[in-house]
Amino acid sequence: MNKKLINKAFFLVFTLTGIVFINFECTDSTAQGVPDVIDYNFHVRPILSDRCFACHGPDEKKREANLRLDTEDGAFAALQDNPKAHVVVKGNPQKSDLFQRIISKDTSLRMPPPNSNLTLTEDEIKIIEKWISQGAKVKKHWAFIPPEKSPLPKADKDWVNNEIDYFVFDKMKSLGLSPSEQVDKESLLKRVSFDLVGLPPTIEMQEAFLKDESPEAYEKVVNQLLKNQHFGERMALNWLDIARYADSHGYQDDGLRTMWPWRDWVIHAFNSNYTYKKFITWQLAGDILADKMKWHPKAKEMKLATGFNRNHKITQEGGVIDEEYRVEYVTDRTNTFGKSILAMTLECAKCHTHKFDPISHEEYYGTFAFFNQVPERGIFGTIDASFADPPNMEIKNEDVKSIFNFINKKDTTKLQVMIMKDSSVLQPTYILERGNYDSHGKVVDFTTPEAILKFQNYEKNRLGLSQWLFDAKNPLTSRVYVNRIWDQFFGRGLVKTTGDFGMQGELPTHPELLDWLAADFRQNGWNIKRLVKQIVMSSTYRQSSNVKKEHLQKDPENKYLARSTRMRIPAEMVRDHVLSASGILNEEIGGPSIKPYQPKGLWEVATSGRGTLATYVQDHGKDLYRRGMYVFIKRTVPPPAMLIFDASNRDQCEVQRTRTNTPLQALAMLNDPHVLESSRVMAQEQMLKNIKIEEALENGFRSIICRKPSKKELMILLSYYEDEKAFFKNEPKKTLALQKIGEYEHKNVKDLVGFAALLQTYQMIFNMEETLIRV
Amino acid sequence: MENEFLKNRLNVNRRHFLGKAAVGLGSMALGSMMMPDLFKTGDLASSFPLGLPHFAPKAKRVIYLFQNGAPSQLESFDYKPMLNKLAGQDLPESIRNGQRLTGMTSGQSNFPMVGSYFKFNQHGKSGAWISELFPNIAKIADDICIVKTMNTEAINHDPALTFLQTGAQVGNRPSMGAWMSYGLGSENQNLPAFCVLLSRGRGNGQGVYSKLWTNGFLDSTHQGVVFSSGEDPILYLNNPEGTDKTSRRRMLDKLAELNHLGFDQNADPEVEAKIKQYEMAYRMQTAVPELTDLSKEPDHIIKMYGPDCLVPGTYAANALLARKLSESGVRFVQLYHQGWDQHGNLTGEMPLQAEDVDRASAALVTDLKQRGLLDETLVIWGGEFGRTNYSQGKFGVDNYGRDHHPRAYSIWMAGGGIKGGTVYGETDELGYNIIKDPVHIHDFHATVMHCMGLNHEAMTYKHLGRRYRLTDIAGKVIPGLLA
Repeated sequence: MNKKLINKAFFLVFTLTGIVFINFECTDSTAQGVPDVIDYNFHVRPILSDRCFACHGPDEKKREANLRLDTEDGAFAALQDNPKAHVVVKGNPQKSDLFQRIISKDTSLRMPPPNSNLTLTEDEIKIIEKWISQGAKVKKHWAFIPPEKSPLPKADKDWVNNEIDYFVFDKMKSLGLSPSEQVDKESLLKRVSFDLVGLPPTIEMQEAFLKDESPEAYEKVVNQLLKNQHFGERMALNWLDIARYADSHGYQDDGLRTMWPWRDWVIHAFNSNYTYKKFITWQLAGDILADKMKWHPKAKEMKLATGFNRNHKITQEGGVIDEEYRVEYVTDRTNTFGKSILAMTLECAKCHTHKFDPISHEEYYGTFAFFNQVPERGIFGTIDASFADPPNMEIKNEDVKSIFNFINKKDTTKLQVMIMKDSSVLQPTYILERGNYDSHGKVVDFTTPEAILKFQNYEKNRLGLSQWLFDAKNPLTSRVYVNRIWDQFFGRGLVKTTGDFGMQGELPTHPELLDWLAADFRQNGWNIKRLVKQIVMSSTYRQSSNVKKEHLQKDPENKYLARSTRMRIPAEMVRDHVLSASGILNEEIGGPSIKPYQPKGLWEVATSGRGTLATYVQDHGKDLYRRGMYVFIKRTVPPPAMLIFDASNRDQCEVQRTRTNTPLQALAMLNDPHVLESSRVMAQEQMLKNIKIEEALENGFRSIICRKPSKKELMILLSYYEDEKAFFKNEPKKTLALQKIGEYEHKNVKDLVGFAALLQTYQMIFNMEETLIRV
Repeated sequence: MENEFLKNRLNVNRRHFLGKAAVGLGSMALGSMMMPDLFKTGDLASSFPLGLPHFAPKAKRVIYLFQNGAPSQLESFDYKPMLNKLAGQDLPESIRNGQRLTGMTSGQSNFPMVGSYFKFNQHGKSGAWISELFPNIAKIADDICIVKTMNTEAINHDPALTFLQTGAQVGNRPSMGAWMSYGLGSENQNLPAFCVLLSRGRGNGQGVYSKLWTNGFLDSTHQGVVFSSGEDPILYLNNPEGTDKTSRRRMLDKLAELNHLGFDQNADPEVEAKIKQYEMAYRMQTAVPELTDLSKEPDHIIKMYGPDCLVPGTYAANALLARKLSESGVRFVQLYHQGWDQHGNLTGEMPLQAEDVDRASAALVTDLKQRGLLDETLVIWGGEFGRTNYSQGKFGVDNYGRDHHPRAYSIWMAGGGIKGGTVYGETDELGYNIIKDPVHIHDFHATVMHCMGLNHEAMTYKHLGRRYRLTDIAGKVIPGLLA
């Protein structure tokens, strides 16, 4: 009946939201309002890049009217059609064609043209006008200028603890914000524990920290955690997303692969505090280095590290064209290199010159050339032909006893891992026209994007590529890593787009701090643990995360760090937390991936029926209780509970996960057998202690929430417990069903009704909002 | 973070969907499933959903009956008697014209053409030629639009499927359903906007993979949720043994008390969002099983879809479930039916595959039509590419196989925005090349989006500096397919 009305409403609302959307999108890339002094890097280029470069930028094949705005020469050039007029005339917006075009009412002249679906806001037009009036100064892109330390700004001496705080304090003051109080001790311990080892602090750790009133108490804890072997696991977690690690080959038949010894190496590298330079150099070029240093005791380890570049997907589909897929693998390595280490969207230059950043089509293939030397096949064989396609290396049983004592090999079967290797004869690399594997253009030499740093006097192989990365003049390498670590500890990078430092990326919120940290990191030998300690020792890190009104008004996203950010822990750590709090976590490090409880038929329903991974065979015993990072990842059917909590599907390199909050997460926490089993075991153990119920409730709460409950909270727990007890009194069947949950040892408890009620109460605590929050 | 525009929009949707109340539960809380991006953690700017169509949509919902493995067009909808006449003769090089071959036939010394073993007849007012393998689809010839000129560049399953579902052969881009969820949200606050149903036939099969229903760079709330018509329709939906609905309610009430205490302390808006998510989860626990329970469907419906529809996990059961989900407001229901990869023994396998899907596919269209829903529901039936006009392996007129063929293949569409009773496009008399009105994968996407009221060039998502589209950098709407 009211279909028409609804349609009208649809339209009305669409119109409104359309406007809002555009506005939001614009504030995304520029500061609010029009600043007094216009800075090219911070105010002008983001607008030009986002709305103009696609047609007036680096890509000469798509360049309209022979006009480019991404270079200084281009911006001040005479017009093609009218040599007397110029694109930009310094100090004179009225004579600048650029300005005339963006304010033109004539749709045939107006820029950006209507069919681009792009527009400029009033403020953006004013910014361009003001920039021209103020002399139209052009600067080099900020990320391409090597970082240097600037002097520390003034700050409140009572608040600052290290250099980080000076920069943060200065920024927040300038926005009218002031630091939050230091977080309470219990929350601080939970925070630093999850951040450094990915596990909750035990009640004993909580007690010890609360008791220690010395000024060094916190630093002692930090030092202990940095030495803890789980530190390597926590740090590896993010690297596995970047490295697109998985336990299967990934395309449709999706057979087993054995790359886990490489994962053991990553954990080992972080625990041994390998410098970032060594960490990356070995992964990029360990094979070349090892060949040069055959005498080196760790030569074989260097080769293992190169597994990084073999973690991409590999097809096993019969009938594919070999070269098509071989090229795909080289492409994947090239793009991963760009995104993970340089934070540049190299992949945008695969088919044509980059639309926004100064990366030419030829430079893309010049970088591609480094990864194009591997003696490999697009398809080595169909399903189960190999768990480690050549080139590969064997990890012998005697290696595991000596040089590879960090590899958790559990049996004596043959174990192979894919690694990198260059062919003995140089393979020519061609530009691939439009990115097509069979459209060869001209041959290119090894190179990298010159706008970042010219590739000269380095070896022409992957080792040279690594030398280029760690050249003191490379402006990106240290900035990108420091930023990623910052993102890990604060939930938002100083540059929000951790994978894009190009023209279309976000600008740094604290450019001086980013540069200071980047320069400091490099000057101190790329020492990762040192960087991490610097961050967690800062006053910035130790602030309370309670949200105040002024925060929501002035800085809802917490860009300026006048508080700490409450963050939901990553998918793998959700599992770790549940198992650890209940005391059933198996803390073993490394080794092959494990198959925990999964919903019935998970793999069967999607498989072609071929290969060892056609059916899901669940593990039993201790393996059921290992950390989330060891849960088997079959790429075509990744573990569902992990995806529900925003884990990567490991299809491609991923540098940033989103953090969502959904009903499917609620269902997983309420009904996943792992959570239920943990509640069951916890209830069972507490019941066997014969302690007062208040104490049992408090113990559970402290294990899960990592702080003592308030009186009010304890009262709610107690009243729920009593209600459940009354309920279960008349429900012997239900009590029995709860008792049977999970495979972990079942012990006899006398008071089954009390046990069932306690189990439900723990289950409720596991579902509290605070449980999965790094406070 | 109240926002006037947003509030207004939610209210509009609220009125709209309360009116339908198809699930039978009028419960009203708004969760992330309805406006999926609302509760995303992080900044508001990038999480603002597009939300609504660009222009009046013809279709509000899509049901995509994906025939996974690539059914042969030459035994279904593209009638080529010439191939029967020329049976056994080598395909002329002038026709093949440089088409690359898969590794499965590239070693073959000749390419003997082979015609359909199955008979074709004309059906409906349009006189569409449909093979005897699909008697029920033949009966709805006047409701469907057969497109004989679909074409793609991919020649292998994985890239072809990925292309059709995400607009690119490789890469982790969002699936069609994820785009629709992102752009249009869900009509039903108790159900995901994008649901996936899986089944397998008796023919040679290729696997499916979650990449096909991935959210890609969009929020994971836009990921397809796999449904089954079995015991646990959605993963983790059912309460464990020993916990019933009343127990769950008691827990959630106390849980909310505890969470409110936390909020008093930290004042983080995420806490309130979390409480809402738990309430929505609770409602889903009732709404979803109600919906997936097919046993209460009336007899005439069971008869229409066939007795298989009462067997969980069959194509027929999924087709019926798809109707129920769609009717309840699920924006995009994606079925996959495996088993269509007839490299050999086509004459043995294809009748079995057709038998599995023919009746239920036709029933779905008829069922929607009878409910007055076909006008606003777009139904799509088809695979990822076609099959060669020559035999793979040993040749025999009654026993042959066909390799992958990307240059031309057939699908059909029906309902919302599509011109029923038409046959679009023509292939040459050997069924190898297109001679009139090609429809590329990108064009197909552009057209589907058009039916949904979306401009494929305007609906973009900025990720790592680039504005991505389902249609990548190409695609045009095909007016000839539109009603």
